[in-house]
Amino acid sequence: MEDALNEGENNKELEVAPALIAVHPTQDSVAVAVGSDLRVFDLREGCGVHLTDDSVEPFHKNSIRAIRYGANGKYFVSAGDDKLVKIWSTNNWRCISSVCSEKRVSTVAISKDGLYVCFADKFGVVWVVDLHGIDGSEAPVNKKAAPLLAHYCSIITSLEFSPDGRFILSADRDFKIRVTVFPENPLDGAHEIQSFCLGHSEFVSCLAFICTVDYPQGFLLSGSGDSTVRLWEIDSGSLLHTCEVGHKAGHLGSNGSKEDCSAVIDLCTIPDHNIVAVATQSLQGIMILSCDLSSQSLNIAKVVSTGAENYIPTSFACSCSGELLWMITGVSKFRGSDYNSLARVRVLSGFNTSNANSAEQKVIVLGDNEVPGAEKLLHKLQGSVSVKEDVFVAAAEAVKTAMCNLLIKKQYSAERREFRKRTRNDKKTKQ
Amino acid sequence: MLESEANPTTLSKSTGLPRKRFYRARAHSNPLSDSHFPVPLSPRHVDYSLHYPQFFPSSDQMGNPKRIQFADVGCGFGGLLISLSTLYPETLMIGMELRDKVTEYVKERICALRGTNPGQYQNVSVVRTNSMKFIPNYFEKGQLTKMFFLFPDPHFKEKNHRRRVISPHLLDEYAYVLEIGGVIYTITDVEELGEWMKSCLENHPLFETLTEEELEADPVVKLLSTATEEGQKVARNGGQTFRAVYRRIQPSV
Repeated sequence: MEDALNEGENNKELEVAPALIAVHPTQDSVAVAVGSDLRVFDLREGCGVHLTDDSVEPFHKNSIRAIRYGANGKYFVSAGDDKLVKIWSTNNWRCISSVCSEKRVSTVAISKDGLYVCFADKFGVVWVVDLHGIDGSEAPVNKKAAPLLAHYCSIITSLEFSPDGRFILSADRDFKIRVTVFPENPLDGAHEIQSFCLGHSEFVSCLAFICTVDYPQGFLLSGSGDSTVRLWEIDSGSLLHTCEVGHKAGHLGSNGSKEDCSAVIDLCTIPDHNIVAVATQSLQGIMILSCDLSSQSLNIAKVVSTGAENYIPTSFACSCSGELLWMITGVSKFRGSDYNSLARVRVLSGFNTSNANSAEQKVIVLGDNEVPGAEKLLHKLQGSVSVKEDVFVAAAEAVKTAMCNLLIKKQYSAERREFRKRTRNDKKTKQ
Repeated sequence: MLESEANPTTLSKSTGLPRKRFYRARAHSNPLSDSHFPVPLSPRHVDYSLHYPQFFPSSDQMGNPKRIQFADVGCGFGGLLISLSTLYPETLMIGMELRDKVTEYVKERICALRGTNPGQYQNVSVVRTNSMKFIPNYFEKGQLTKMFFLFPDPHFKEKNHRRRVISPHLLDEYAYVLEIGGVIYTITDVEELGEWMKSCLENHPLFETLTEEELEADPVVKLLSTATEEGQKVARNGGQTFRAVYRRIQPSV
């Protein structure tokens, strides 16, 4: 274990980025990021989108780490390791602003009113960009970001706005989720902390809200490196329920062997259904959790296999209708493969059937021809229609190693620490 | 946590207190490095019976609503805590220190004082932690009534300013753990840092300064420059100190 971690430390080439997917709130388009490549498919027109970027530094030069549509679908944001945050108009897919960040960007979010873009860097600072006065018709606007809040030098893994837009939530690798009041004028900073959601015993990897007609204010869900998905009430930060997903994932893993590392990679709630889709590092397929908001509990309903072997999703997306769950697996800069990058898109359907009991719904994986846009879409988003399945094992392994290297604290044995301390002056006096 | 396991030779024969020369430590510690000490998952996981055995005889702390109210962040050798302990004997207080050997010293010191003064010093304890990262793991919202930042590491270089324990962003977290009306005390002998801390607090919407009369009436203010080892050193050398004392206020809507 230690050797593996040290190796990762030295070998920066292992730093691969997982493929990401995002869907327009009304499913007008679907976007995929693989490495530095941003690919968008227009679902209404049924054709690939040509992106226009006239800014000083056009397009992304390094791995994209976060993509996101705004709640009203007007804007789309992409950001990543090249320290650029690009805001696109979804009307004409033109880059309307390219914001420079001081550090690499780890996650992005757009406020519910669509007026502010927030992004977090790898040093734990969340920045805010004001979108007032941008209409997207003219040349890219130069915008500067203002600091909003900070986690003390911890990588922020996820940013999310509460459904009512009152709070901004930030999760980090120090096991914390911070709930901060999103102020009237965010450019002056967000100083009032509503609560901390504490309970995870490893890095928090992803956040999502679950809302229903009965609970419009919603509850928070978080996935973590401790192989749990947790349900929270954000006003007080109280933990309502913990769902162990590692055990199940390990049980159904590749060769039945229990993996010690089965971090939750991503989770996605299906709007207006009490369903959560979860991807974990050692589970081939998608785990479906059912969430009972009246009793505030979270339980594993079933595991859906994608039909294909070795498919471990790296990212999920869902539109507001909750009709389809989009997922992708893949990595950037993947060595040992003929492809420069690798991506495979699949779509789950069947959440909207009239059957009231969510657990009994017939969820199916759509065949490549049943996917909206069919081959044309797959060609655009994947780069090619058919992808050899066998490289996915290695790809999943690369994503897992990269995630562990980034977010899990290095463990050194007691002897090794003693050895490193030997040169310290304050320890010498003991003899 | 506070049981004495110390080698008897590290305790002074005349006073029974630990001798500082066996606890030499570096003056600085990197607050940015990954921590390898245990951190409670949440404030509910802080075991009060380990810190305050007389107030919490069993580890079941549900029955006892008493909570830590004072936090001395970067407590060093614990001089302030020892003075406050007898001034506020019913208030639980904790020192937070990043350097392991210094924390060990304070532990031994409290232990020795409890031994030689039965019934006293039961309300003080110390924990090794990085308060810049883990404050919310120790205290609930609005739990603290006083926070102390005495003679913190000045971090002169501009690129190291983010390591300072008082910064605009960290004040958000301190405001979270302080109750409305709670007071934050800072003091330093470095003029530049004194101005920095004052301006951070002055510009923060959740803090307001105390008036001269209020400072005069507060018995704790006098201790800031006299109780700590660092303060005494400054006084010995005839140095100047710079103080900033601010109150947590309700945000104006």
